[in-house]
Amino acid sequence: MDILYKNLLSFTWQDLVMIAIGCLLIYLAIGKEMEPSLLLPMGFGTILVNIPFSDALVGPIMELYNAGIANELFPLLLFIGIGAMIDFGPLLSNPKLMLFGAAAQFGIFFTLCMASMFFPQIDAASIAIIGAADGPTSIAVANTLGSSYVGPITVAAYSYMALVPIIQPPVIKALTTKKERMIRMPYEQKSVSKRTRILFPIIITVVASAIIPQATALIGFLMFGNLIRECGVLESLSGTAQNVLANLVTIFLGISVAFNMTSAQFLKPDTLLILGLGLIAFIVDTAGGVLFAKLLNMFSKKKINPMIGAAGISAFPMSGRIVHKMALEEDPQNFLLMHSIGVNVSGQIASVIAGGIILNLFS
Amino acid sequence: MMFLAKAAAAAPEMFFAPANFISNLKYMGLGMLVIFVIIGMIILSTMVINYLFSE
Repeated sequence: MDILYKNLLSFTWQDLVMIAIGCLLIYLAIGKEMEPSLLLPMGFGTILVNIPFSDALVGPIMELYNAGIANELFPLLLFIGIGAMIDFGPLLSNPKLMLFGAAAQFGIFFTLCMASMFFPQIDAASIAIIGAADGPTSIAVANTLGSSYVGPITVAAYSYMALVPIIQPPVIKALTTKKERMIRMPYEQKSVSKRTRILFPIIITVVASAIIPQATALIGFLMFGNLIRECGVLESLSGTAQNVLANLVTIFLGISVAFNMTSAQFLKPDTLLILGLGLIAFIVDTAGGVLFAKLLNMFSKKKINPMIGAAGISAFPMSGRIVHKMALEEDPQNFLLMHSIGVNVSGQIASVIAGGIILNLFS
Repeated sequence: MMFLAKAAAAAPEMFFAPANFISNLKYMGLGMLVIFVIIGMIILSTMVINYLFSE
């Protein structure tokens, strides 16, 4: 009986709050289908590490963390899977769309300035990368910089990615007129040769890495995955990278991120502030893309629907689909999907480059 | 902003230094410049390979 009381009475209110947060993450994953592949393992991991005297924390979860997150291995392996999933076709047929991907990274650098008012520069830079709207990049950058806020940053990054359908539409509507949202952009189908598809990931890797060597691993693994997909002779490996590898790494990544979700690390006013700054990053990213498109419209005869600028964040393919859906709501004959998906995949590339720039500036 | 300042005051690791916003603007400018330069180079390279290997 003594052992029963001893263990039960060891629970603090902080442990119980963290267990409730773990349950909330599981609910969001199952009930609301918000990034379930990551939020569910993360939620369950949060429960595991907040049970007093848990042998899961200083045991398998710590080992997984050291084996795959502390050295950035899991996010990079996940990038191989993501790269294998992405079809750069819409982007290759209209490369200028990549400009919107660059513009939509503005939120990262704006949030860096905001976060620096409250946090040391290393932590501010790590928090800013939430605006990449890219979980693996956020984890890799925060870890490389040695931030003590990897847990809250990961939660913010993945939660806001899942909340893109709620966050983006009001921002887009606030910054555009109905007339602008109704601008039609006819899609001209252009064939992209196999050679172009094969050379593209190689060129991106060389160009980006030559200028920012700190981005070589991030961009290289993403493009390696894409090369496996496009080369045409590794169908089996491509399928494995897209499914088995990506799923396996996501499980390990989710549960080992929970290493940073103990009450001592998470239940702090800092966490609330980080969540707030992450939201600002997403909003300013969206605004950056939309306003850049409006700026181009001032100088261009061929008008661009400014909503596609919002798809420049990396949350793929949700952001592209939201823009397409909003365009259809305004005008049922306005099909922006190919444009918005092209911008969306460019956001994937630009966010990784932005992560490399942050590492270059602060590591 | 008041809420953020209060939150900062409540956590010992944090501070509230509005001047840091201004001093970090240089990183914003530099970061956006570098990202546009890299993306610009990628766009040009893509246009070249599209031109060379178009079907």
